[in-house]
Amino acid sequence: MNKHPELDVEALIDEITDRLSRRIAEQKLDDPALIGIRTGGVWLAARLRERLGIETPLGELNIAFYRDDFSRIGMHPTVEPSQLPFDIDGRDLVLVDDILYTGRTIRAAMNEIFDYGRPRTITLVVLVDRSGRELPIDANVYGTRLTLAADEHVKLLGPDPLRLEFCATRT
Amino acid sequence: MHDDIQLDERGQLRHFLTIERLPRELLVDILDNAERFTVVGDRAVKKVPLLRGKTVVNLFFEPSTRTRTTFELAAKRLSADVMNLNIEASATRKGESLADTLRTLEAMNTDMFVVRHQDSGAPEFIARQVSPEVSVINAGDGRHAHPTQAMLDMFTIRRFKQSFESLCVAIVGDVAHSRVARSEIHALKTLGVPEVRVVGPKTLLPVGLETLGVSVHHDLDEGIAGADVVIMLRLQQERMQSALLPSGHEYFHTYGLTPKRLKRAARDAIVMHPGPINRGVEIDSAVADGSQSVILQQVTHGIAVRMAVMSMVLGSHAQAA
Repeated sequence: MNKHPELDVEALIDEITDRLSRRIAEQKLDDPALIGIRTGGVWLAARLRERLGIETPLGELNIAFYRDDFSRIGMHPTVEPSQLPFDIDGRDLVLVDDILYTGRTIRAAMNEIFDYGRPRTITLVVLVDRSGRELPIDANVYGTRLTLAADEHVKLLGPDPLRLEFCATRT
Repeated sequence: MHDDIQLDERGQLRHFLTIERLPRELLVDILDNAERFTVVGDRAVKKVPLLRGKTVVNLFFEPSTRTRTTFELAAKRLSADVMNLNIEASATRKGESLADTLRTLEAMNTDMFVVRHQDSGAPEFIARQVSPEVSVINAGDGRHAHPTQAMLDMFTIRRFKQSFESLCVAIVGDVAHSRVARSEIHALKTLGVPEVRVVGPKTLLPVGLETLGVSVHHDLDEGIAGADVVIMLRLQQERMQSALLPSGHEYFHTYGLTPKRLKRAARDAIVMHPGPINRGVEIDSAVADGSQSVILQQVTHGIAVRMAVMSMVLGSHAQAA
């Protein structure tokens, strides 16, 4: 699949850093805490945290227990458990993921976050906002928007270097 | 048809009845999944929606508080609906057969039975009766097996000792009547523990234990010398009434774990017990409440391990559906 342009991940990260930083100021987000969705979202959130000089430790979310496809797929292979090393209550949160597609991952992630407490706000940041939404969920900050067919997929590989790859199967 | 009723064609866990014959990778899977579930217990909301809408029936033909409670809590933390049935006191007394009781409960669309029974093999019998989309977990049957207890003990050992490869584990007490000891021996051997010892009086050790790859000791000091893990078994009161043993006092004198005796084990040895403990019979209070005791951690780990097993067996039906 070579019809897609090469996407420069570093340039996209610059883009979302700027947009997020502006949004934090506009929305008067107070000492926001970053939460990455495993695994790609965690890589991105770590980069954003560094660039924005956020001191609160990084939150990492593994949404395996909140997926809506357990009765179709069963247990997912073992990955590291969620870790939110700060108090969620009343906090301004920035949720970070690599690709926003159907919206189901974000739905699951928000359900999990609310089991830790009640945040004041959640801002959604994604690297790629692609077509194919199945739920009323939208990104507040995105690096780029792509219109892809149902059999076209994009994924983030990493962590070093980070790069986007187009492929025919969803993994 | 697969010859092991516990596994499906893809080798996934369908029922959890015994540790015997299960591959090492599967036991490690259970431990790894349990590790992920431990964090749930530390959160504000101690619940995940994984088994939402599933119905779990705790079918207890034999009284139990701690096992039933931790199974119930595990199912609730997975968001399943749980019913506790104390069969001892209900249907069978009215003359209803086990098969009829099962059919009745299945008609309520139960997804999982957690079974404790005084007869060895009862959970397997039930697993062969139920329809294919229903799972059965053995919560202790006769003298046969108590696989979730063994796995929570393995989880506890891994947490404190990191790996199984160079450990010496001593199991002390009434091995003959203990389903816990039997399941533990299988789990320890499968996970690669090089040295497993059983320690107890001749009357409480079954013959032929050596064939399981363990060494047999009748002297406590010798049996726990240098051990990294000491697992004390509960001495059932009825064993003393049945003349297998002289008295609780005398048993304590010979096989009770005291601080002085524990010094013979490795310096950083941990002491475990499946509970409920008989203070002053198999274990001294100073040991049970001491710094090397991990008895209460075992209970906490039991919830996570049972969450792991429950989601694995119900998850196995997913692709099949």
